[in-house]
Amino acid sequence: MQCGDFRVTYAADERIFDTPTPIVALLAVLAVLALVPLVAGTYWLDVLNRIGIAIIGAIGLNILVGFTGQISIGHAAFLAVGAYTTAILEGKAGVPFWLAIPLAAAVTSVFGLFFGVPSLRLKGLYLAIATLAAHFITAYAIIHWERMTNGVLGFNVAPATLFGFPLDSDARIFYPIFALVIPAVFFAKNLFRTKVGRAFIAVRDRDVAAEVIGVSVYRYKLLAFVISSFYAGVAGGLMAHHSRIVFPDAFSLLVAIDYLAMIIIGGLGSILGSIFGAVFMTLLPEVLKLSATSLTGVYPNAFGLIASARDIVFGLAIIFFLMYEPQGLARIWLRFRSYWKLWPYAY
Amino acid sequence: MNAQIVFLLQLIITGIAVGGVYSLMALGFVLIYKASTVVNFGPGELVLFGAYVAWATTLNMKLPVVVALPLTLVVAILLGLVIERGVLRPLIGEPIISVIMVTFGFASVVRGVLNMSWGSDTRPFPALFSSEPFHLGPVPVSPVHLWSFVTVMLLLAAFSLFFKFSLVGTAMRATADNQQVAQSLGVSVKGVFALSWCIATVVSALGGIILGSVRGGVDFSLADYGLKVFPVVILGGLDSVPGAIVGGVLVGVLENLSGGYLDPILGGGVKEVAPFVVLVLILMIRPYGLFGKVDVERV
Repeated sequence: MQCGDFRVTYAADERIFDTPTPIVALLAVLAVLALVPLVAGTYWLDVLNRIGIAIIGAIGLNILVGFTGQISIGHAAFLAVGAYTTAILEGKAGVPFWLAIPLAAAVTSVFGLFFGVPSLRLKGLYLAIATLAAHFITAYAIIHWERMTNGVLGFNVAPATLFGFPLDSDARIFYPIFALVIPAVFFAKNLFRTKVGRAFIAVRDRDVAAEVIGVSVYRYKLLAFVISSFYAGVAGGLMAHHSRIVFPDAFSLLVAIDYLAMIIIGGLGSILGSIFGAVFMTLLPEVLKLSATSLTGVYPNAFGLIASARDIVFGLAIIFFLMYEPQGLARIWLRFRSYWKLWPYAY
Repeated sequence: MNAQIVFLLQLIITGIAVGGVYSLMALGFVLIYKASTVVNFGPGELVLFGAYVAWATTLNMKLPVVVALPLTLVVAILLGLVIERGVLRPLIGEPIISVIMVTFGFASVVRGVLNMSWGSDTRPFPALFSSEPFHLGPVPVSPVHLWSFVTVMLLLAAFSLFFKFSLVGTAMRATADNQQVAQSLGVSVKGVFALSWCIATVVSALGGIILGSVRGGVDFSLADYGLKVFPVVILGGLDSVPGAIVGGVLVGVLENLSGGYLDPILGGGVKEVAPFVVLVLILMIRPYGLFGKVDVERV
């Protein structure tokens, strides 16, 4: 049992796992996840898949907003570029799935680089407004480049094939999604043990001071946009394959706000928080749906109210977390963990 | 007169009329920003709220307009107070991202409540003015546009006088100028915050009513008009009331002209995106806008 901090080296300070327990817990979670498709029904597999995709997207956004401090309301545009690029590469150019996802992510990174250029002159709410405008411009481009995107209607995406297996069901696409979630989490976790990650945090905490100690603020801001949009590109590509259709409304401003809400509720500047936020925001509508189903007996209209109930609960959750737990679910988890660490001998 | 010139004039006149509504909504936005440096990312929902409450009081509850209109404005004031007291006051001094997200949060709540109470179908809105166009010289003008423009100008004039001469208006200007000094001179800064939110919800509600009667119906797409506030305030300057007024009219004219002339070339929808292209350009060239205070912190 660990009863205090006894770190005497930087290496010890940077360690991801300071006790063996989380490693065991993590392996257990992974083992359970590996077995889930064998037992779970389509409904829960669909939810899990969406959680996996949301985790990748939320980590990407958290790197940009939570760690580098660049507020972006344009994440939906990144996702859209990733999804459309994947779908077009596969459908029109015949690129295989395993190559289309990284290619789409690379394209999205270049797009993110352009998206990030305003951040060189603007920060804070001016940057937020600039990314909001960029979102609308991207949406316009997608709707009106009809030859490629088929306009507002969008188009269907054929199921991908991986090593000869068609990924045509929720159970089949589950493994590729989580095979990407795991490296996404570990890359992000390790990123913040390197020079680049520390530079991001320095830029967030005080850009002038960062510049003074030799961090090139321009470079690292753009790099944050690139990494963030790379993640979004992967998530978008997976979205295209999970829903098997791409259309502009799937990437509306509300999606960008959803992702911002994930990282706020989960915890800004926390990888674990991004995961919590993604799980919370994906489960929220499902829980509402389930409770509406059980309420239909008492109140037959309940199902029709889900959409509006979701908006209300979603808004209240954001407000509640910002007021009472600004560091989000990650902070709650930390408190919970440190309480049980010494149980039953706390004090 | 040449048909092309008539077309141009028509675009400009409609643009000015719609732009006037943008000015009105931007006025509320700028007041909030000036008083408390809060950027409201839910302006569209405030517009929706006003339009829906007006629809509910006039057509649903069948109240006469003389009762319904003040009632709508009172409800709007209450909404402003609830937002300011309940949501924004606890977050004074928090990071920008928190304040931005909390405005998204209450916007979502407002949208949900409206949707739950009245559904998302298009509601016919009372036509306050006749739709028979009359001719201003050779240019046909619809009375709705003319009256909305006149109403907006009267409102803006009233607000200008209010800020210039009334005690409360002076207190608001003092707070915008320097909060500490204003407070030490006995201005209730928190009261000014609340008042600025109330004015914002009221002008947004009025904007919603005018837009509703111009369009002849209310539905959730009205919220998109609220988002036009961003190009307007960036063009005019985030903290400038005259900027909001001029910017609104300019953006209205600009989007109509770009829609009228570029739509046939680019295939529709230019009107919706042109203001945002201008927004990005202005941010890159002159982030403080036409009349804003030149103290944008450069990175």
